[in-house]
Amino acid sequence: MDIDSLLKCLMSPSCIMGQIINGVIIAMILFLVASGLSLILGVLGVLNFSHGSLYMIGAYVTYTVMETVGNFGVALLTAPIVVGIFGLILERLFIRRIYGYDELYQLLMTYAFILILDDVVKFIWGILDLSVPMPRTFQRPPVHIFGAIFPVYYIFIVLAAAMVAVGIWVFLSKTKLGKIINTAASDPEMLMCLGINVPLVYTLVFGLGSLLAGLGASLAAPLRSIAPGMGFAVIIESFVIVIIGGLGNIMGTFAIALLFGLLRSFGILGFPLYELSFIYILMTVVLIIRPAGLFGRLRS
Amino acid sequence: MKLMGAFRSNSWFFASVGCLIIIPLLFPSLAFINIISEILIMALFAVSLNLLIGYTGLISFGHASFFAVGSYTVGIILQNFSSSLPLAIPLSLLWGMVLSGIIALPIGYFCTRLSSIYFAFLTLAFSQIIYAVIIKWQNLTGGDQGLVGGIPKPPIVLGGLVIDMSSPFALYFLIVVAVCISLLVIKRITDSPFGWILRALRENSARMSFLGIDAKKHQIAVFVISGIFAGLSGGLMALHLSGSYPDHAYWTKSAEPIFMIMLGGLRTFAGPILGALIVTELSVYMCKYTGIWGLGFGSFLVLYLIVIREGILDVFIKWRERRRSAISHKK
Repeated sequence: MDIDSLLKCLMSPSCIMGQIINGVIIAMILFLVASGLSLILGVLGVLNFSHGSLYMIGAYVTYTVMETVGNFGVALLTAPIVVGIFGLILERLFIRRIYGYDELYQLLMTYAFILILDDVVKFIWGILDLSVPMPRTFQRPPVHIFGAIFPVYYIFIVLAAAMVAVGIWVFLSKTKLGKIINTAASDPEMLMCLGINVPLVYTLVFGLGSLLAGLGASLAAPLRSIAPGMGFAVIIESFVIVIIGGLGNIMGTFAIALLFGLLRSFGILGFPLYELSFIYILMTVVLIIRPAGLFGRLRS
Repeated sequence: MKLMGAFRSNSWFFASVGCLIIIPLLFPSLAFINIISEILIMALFAVSLNLLIGYTGLISFGHASFFAVGSYTVGIILQNFSSSLPLAIPLSLLWGMVLSGIIALPIGYFCTRLSSIYFAFLTLAFSQIIYAVIIKWQNLTGGDQGLVGGIPKPPIVLGGLVIDMSSPFALYFLIVVAVCISLLVIKRITDSPFGWILRALRENSARMSFLGIDAKKHQIAVFVISGIFAGLSGGLMALHLSGSYPDHAYWTKSAEPIFMIMLGGLRTFAGPILGALIVTELSVYMCKYTGIWGLGFGSFLVLYLIVIREGILDVFIKWRERRRSAISHKK
């Protein structure tokens, strides 16, 4: 344990600010991925273990676009769309067949795609770690806030993720399609009686969830190395956040992602030995006390 | 007489055990005993999980917890105290089982308070805590490297009898004996009144509580039993690999026995064993001939789910029952 360095950090505003920003960056990227997972779990009731692999594909597509076109803006648009379309196809051909079956079938089907996609990625991009350079627009002198120094790109990530969070929230609660999606989660039969093509809604939701995974991956690409198998850690962290936040609850997901990021960045200072288990202990406690998650309702 | 009856009703089982012992004696091949050891260990792991999934209807996503506890217990005991004990290997395996059972008790207590998907998530959370502990407790577990440097295998001394365990064949026979005895014990448990209560709980736990049966107590009991045998399989795996690794606790390790159960069939005792055979064989041959294990095995799983969807032995039993009823109908 290293309480001293945590206390020392808490004494200086610049260190606090630096850790907060680091935590928020982790949180924002995880939020994007987890919100897609949460949407799919909440509306379709599918445990999509392959969500981490969709994230991985997003990262690789970002890499390829950066290599060929060299423009990060293009990559940021292309990668989510490619992953989204891939998600549409995946749902239409395979995932659709396991709705309403045991969680075991869902685990089996989506896990199979983890294995397949990991190998496909190895074929196309090789097994070595790849990295995406910092986009030229953001190659500027770092910013100082409260004495903490960080790259301009960090601010961009925070802004982009916050916009997406608000965007999803407005989309789900204010627009007609959003309301249809909400109803598809709670009463698909009534929706069908109203003449709405529920299977199509499901496909769209899966596509949207995949798109969010792609967006998260694309934003994270300049910060993290890209390798086959990178989806395994992402999926488990996203699941933790979705479960603690409450299945299908986007705002809950956002709050817990923030908590996760801050626990990480401050925990690693004060309790480097226990930091990894903090979030799982939290998940355990939440599941024992409030199985539906901190902000969720129990799913029957 | 009772013994003879036990032999007759499990004749398939004893014939297979006989083959497993005689074949390596006649044709000693390291490759063969390696793959059979792995199949047997994974079969025990899958059968122990099927006590929860198939018999009791509790879907656990965190069974790797107990596999890892068993594996690390055996590894740590043998690496630190192996020279001072005459029965180091059996004792370490026993400790692996005891510790897995002790850890399974509180985990089972909390998990069985939840149902369906929340049960699965809570088992997953506990297994990730154990994974985190293994990664971070470097002095004891070697961190993300695992217990490297090999696990010593001191001879087993029984009175005047000394068995040299450093030979791979001796280890193979130990694995055969340990797995087969465990399978017999688990079979006996599933055939006991306790085993039938578990099946009844799976079908309708409310009705069982009307009959005055404490559902939760039985679920915790089977959770602990299942954890004990998973711990033994983990301990055997540590001996087989001569090392314990953090991925023994990772969530992917919990997924492996689920594949085996789903492929082999979860309504029969032998289903998970068949599943372990198929999955292990498939991965060995796909690695050997194609080098694209993930793509091949993944596509196989997807096709299987679309076309057959049920475990092989489940399909077989349904087919046999239909045929029987058709025949009796004709008469």
